[in-house]
Amino acid sequence: MSSIAMADTPPPALPVQTTSLKAQLRRAERLKKLRYGALIAPLALFLIFTFLWPIIGLLNKAVDNPEVHTALPATTKALAGWSQQGLPDEAAYAALQADLIQAKGSEELAAAAKRLNMERTGMRSLIMNSARKLAAEPPTGPAKAALIEMDARWGESDTWQLVARNARAHTDHYLLTALDLRRDEAGHIVGAPEGEGVFLDVFGRTLWMSFVVTLCCCVLGFPVAYLLARLPARTSNLLMICVLLPFWTSILVRVAAWIVILQDGGLVNQALMALGVIDQPLHLVFNRIGVYISMVHILLPFMILPLYSVMKGISPVYLRAAVSLGCPPFKSFWKVYFPMTVPGLAAGGILVFILSIGYYITPALLGGPKEQMVSYFVAFYTNETINWGMAAALSALLLVAISVLYTVYNRLVGNTTFAAKSR
Amino acid sequence: MSVSSRAFSALAIAAGLVAAGTSQAQSSLTVISFGGVNQQAQIKAFYEPFTKSTQIPLVKGEYNGEQAKVKAMVEAKQVSWDVVEVESPELARGCEEGVYEKLDYSKIGNKKDFLPAAVTECGFGFFVWSTVMAYNADKLKTAPVTWADFWDVKKFPGKRGMRKGAKYTLEFALMADGVAPNDVYKVLGTKAGVDRAFKKLDQLKANIQWWEAGAQPPQLLASGDVVMSTAFNGRIAGAQKEGKNLKIVWTGNIYDIEAYAIPKGAPKRDLSYKFLAALAKPENQKVFSGEIPYGPTHVKAMGQIEPTLAATLPTAPANMKTAIATNTAFWVEHGEDLEQRFHAWAAK
Repeated sequence: MSSIAMADTPPPALPVQTTSLKAQLRRAERLKKLRYGALIAPLALFLIFTFLWPIIGLLNKAVDNPEVHTALPATTKALAGWSQQGLPDEAAYAALQADLIQAKGSEELAAAAKRLNMERTGMRSLIMNSARKLAAEPPTGPAKAALIEMDARWGESDTWQLVARNARAHTDHYLLTALDLRRDEAGHIVGAPEGEGVFLDVFGRTLWMSFVVTLCCCVLGFPVAYLLARLPARTSNLLMICVLLPFWTSILVRVAAWIVILQDGGLVNQALMALGVIDQPLHLVFNRIGVYISMVHILLPFMILPLYSVMKGISPVYLRAAVSLGCPPFKSFWKVYFPMTVPGLAAGGILVFILSIGYYITPALLGGPKEQMVSYFVAFYTNETINWGMAAALSALLLVAISVLYTVYNRLVGNTTFAAKSR
Repeated sequence: MSVSSRAFSALAIAAGLVAAGTSQAQSSLTVISFGGVNQQAQIKAFYEPFTKSTQIPLVKGEYNGEQAKVKAMVEAKQVSWDVVEVESPELARGCEEGVYEKLDYSKIGNKKDFLPAAVTECGFGFFVWSTVMAYNADKLKTAPVTWADFWDVKKFPGKRGMRKGAKYTLEFALMADGVAPNDVYKVLGTKAGVDRAFKKLDQLKANIQWWEAGAQPPQLLASGDVVMSTAFNGRIAGAQKEGKNLKIVWTGNIYDIEAYAIPKGAPKRDLSYKFLAALAKPENQKVFSGEIPYGPTHVKAMGQIEPTLAATLPTAPANMKTAIATNTAFWVEHGEDLEQRFHAWAAK
């Protein structure tokens, strides 16, 4: 815009020259941007179609509620204007009757029955049996009386409220359940009944276990990375291979090996018993200890590698300078060397933490029921009860949790690199 | 033989192998069962006769009964499993939801020849199996008799194995709490009954080692990890054959009929029906019961089994005395809800 304004009222000194120069510069900039854009376009498109799109599609499943309005279209229409008080009018009953006869035996009706049954046990058989009876002998006379006659539940306001609530295209049922909440008969949000809410526990457990694993990796990985960075190339390469070796073995093989090593009659217990250190085997597996040991072992390289690359770039001159200026060894390490390694520590930490949050195989095989993390429940809902809405809701919440944590992390340590440099 | 001709013959052999591979892939049948000794018995009794008579090789797979894979295949219209072994509640649910084909019994056998419960809309039931209490007789001096004993950690110290899931676990808990076998499903149908079952499980929770695959209980019992376990009766018999001193308690066992079903849209339907027909033959079922002590569903096969063997089957009158049949309708209705609650409870 400003360029046009300038062209309208040209300043007296070298008007054409400057504008054309500016315009040329802008054009060059634009071309440059386009060229950069063209270079990353294939990758961007690839990511959008293979990564973002499926994720958005799956997250949509957490609120998607297609079952009831697909199977019972007339009922959905008839209930659209219902006040949610008392019982709906004759027209809604007639619509339901027509829908049930129409949908009898169809997969859509089974899906709708299953969906309603999630919120209230008994709805499946109510829907399926009503459809069966109606198809067997189509009723004559008013639908309301006939349906209530057939099953008293059709004469209850709660039943109709449940149907009306789920006739909408979207639902918060899955997300609420994933937060240990639910809607009561009247539609108000209340806590899950005593002893049935588990997900807040599971989310807490997932974060806590990931935190412990990250901490262990920091403590164990730091000295190793330091050693690798300080040794001469030949020895450090050999050690590096030892660090990378776990990367080349399948995760299942490693988990199975840990079972063999840690179980009651395993190598560790047998060795300790033979040495007389213990007389009862230690329970090291199928509990939290086993999960921690194995997860730390698997994730350690992810901590060591970023740390090593940062430490490799730190010149030993700084430490020498600090010591020669009279700073005690530990203090000079803590004040001079350690702050420079923080970016590596932070990168490794966030990598390990985010990887642990999504862990499934290791806790499933090495842990007991109390060690199962969120991903176990995602797998349970995906594979066993085939409740993809629930699986999607749990995944969505996990994604939100990670995003929040990452933002916080970025605020806290995102600027350390600059901080270290400006120091 | 010159180099070039040798190379040519090698090429020809390779081409032949590739051709054989593809032709085999086109004319084979993929059969998914629960694996282990059960699969071994099925191979002897059903797979081999089927392959002998049709010349069609079977591709054998196994799973633990999770229906998601089958459902995903059917929805994606990419069905690579031709016949699948399914437990009755999952079969009934899958039938309603259009996961399995409705069967045409004229291609399998005469309906009247089988136990009525074996002939369902979407699956053909080919054996009767039971979930029983089993114990390691080397580890326990006195034999447990009832489910209350199973819960009695004072009298019988040691861990217990149970299948990870609500199905059967809740029934056993109620029986341990003194509910008569015939009333179990009536009680479990009420909220108070479910709470009662979970409360009973709470008492034992610290001593339970959960198992998922049928092959695990005999292993857990033999290794001494658990002293008692719920188990599929045939698997215990398999371990006894290997010389393990495991014993079955038939009190309050829960029996069910196992079926094979055809996932909807499976491409080789004619062959799948031939496979189901092989399951239906009484002579094959008789061989199966001899391999693994599960009861036949063909009425004629029952008469042909020798008495000593017949006494070890779930269908033996003595073993049926306090047994209950899996209430399929109950589990179709309450399955999802109770499995969800069970997993929430177990993870606490």
